[in-house]
Amino acid sequence: MAKVTYIENNGTEHVIDVKAGLTVMEGAVKNNVPGIDADCGGACACATCHVYVDAAWEAKTGTKSAMEESMLDFAENVEPNSRLSCQIKVSDELDGLVVRLPESQH
Amino acid sequence: MGSVSTHVVVLGAGHAGGTLVALLRQYGFDGPITMVGDEPVVPYQRPPLSKAWLKGEADADSLALKPLEFYAENQIDFRPNVSAVTLKRADKIVELSDGASLTYDILVIATGMRPNKLPLPGAELSGVLSLRSAADAEELKGHLLPGHHVAIIGGGYIGLEVAASARTLGAEATVFEREGRILSRSACEVLSTFFTDYHRARGVTFELGAKIDSLVGEGGKVTGVKMADGRIIPADAVLVGVGGKPNDEIAADAGLDTARGVVVDLEARTSDPAIFAIGDCSHRPLPHYDRMFGPESVPSALEQAKQVACAITGRPAPTPEVPWNWSDQYDLKLQIAGLPFDTDQILVRGDPASGKFAIFHLKGDQVQSVEAVNAPPEYMMGRQLIGNRKHVNLDRLADPSVSMKEVAA
Repeated sequence: MAKVTYIENNGTEHVIDVKAGLTVMEGAVKNNVPGIDADCGGACACATCHVYVDAAWEAKTGTKSAMEESMLDFAENVEPNSRLSCQIKVSDELDGLVVRLPESQH
Repeated sequence: MGSVSTHVVVLGAGHAGGTLVALLRQYGFDGPITMVGDEPVVPYQRPPLSKAWLKGEADADSLALKPLEFYAENQIDFRPNVSAVTLKRADKIVELSDGASLTYDILVIATGMRPNKLPLPGAELSGVLSLRSAADAEELKGHLLPGHHVAIIGGGYIGLEVAASARTLGAEATVFEREGRILSRSACEVLSTFFTDYHRARGVTFELGAKIDSLVGEGGKVTGVKMADGRIIPADAVLVGVGGKPNDEIAADAGLDTARGVVVDLEARTSDPAIFAIGDCSHRPLPHYDRMFGPESVPSALEQAKQVACAITGRPAPTPEVPWNWSDQYDLKLQIAGLPFDTDQILVRGDPASGKFAIFHLKGDQVQSVEAVNAPPEYMMGRQLIGNRKHVNLDRLADPSVSMKEVAA
């Protein structure tokens, strides 16, 4: 279990206990956190689960696969700390993780 | 924002209905919501049923859109194992299969599709399966074992995804396709050829232009596929993936406009202003193509759920999305944007033999559709080009050494 804080573009914070093994995307979607659409359900096919990972957590969330990198390269409002949240698996190590959500996923 | 007196009733608890009720609460709708579904479980994702589920990489919990407690916590009256029987529009009443009836202010029909049955002798034998629900997938999974032989009737995406899963699990797979090539209804010949070769190289057998006489069995259980030429191809199970039919009867019987699905507008509203229809049961406008269509896809269902949630809560209508879809087979990710309507040529970017390429369907120098295999830049940029109607230089598009960003610049 890890506490993950999702911060909407308008500043609203959602602190969610996410089970280890789920992805950061699933933690948001299963708890109805607005701002992560995840149209493809985690197949890394749509880039609608885009988040910005807080600087302190970038290393712990692992590296991007070529597929993820390539999808993000063409998403809107991408920053160096952009990730697709369906590709970040939650573990106890990520307890306290903070991610910010973009204005829109489409 | 929806007064407490507005009762929203959602018929169908699939990807569309389940997404809609969650969005309504997300958007602040605080009126009563009732959702009825004919399956025993909460709304879940269907795409993994032909892939992750069969391979044991997904279960009911992981596929559930929301956990069961979400519905009670959000005052959503979710009723499983129930379907709608009759719609009485004049009284705004829906009668249900369990004898109950519901009075609605707003009704959303999200009843999905059902798989077509095989109109052949032997189709009723045990071991002849379709794939729509988690229960179907669980039954199919039991047959995908090393040494078992699964016959797949229909060379569409479901059939091909199951063939890929079967081979990955060590089962034998034969795909029977009535047309001369697989994916004949949904993809161009270049893509058909590529997928045929890719599957063959991994041990799948194809019967193209297949004329099937019947399914044969012993003791009520299917044992093979009998061809018109007399051959019998043995099978421990037969998966039928020959398309589906929208569950639009309840709407048609109530006098709503239907045309292979319930006809809706860009708000997903039917010919009755108090009734919406979303997902696979609907027949919807495609503004990028100036025509009506039933996309039969999850992204379309999600877009329509958003349209309805916005209409009910008074939010501005969302910007129309370029239709898209995807398919995972082996290590291939196929991403499709747009639909190949009104095209005059196709352009292949990259070499199919490399397993990484994209097929652009063009109308003059504008992109109508792209089919991208392991090629996310082509898919992502292609989707934008379809949306913004930009004129592109075809020589540059055909040259993989020119990046997609440069092509679209």
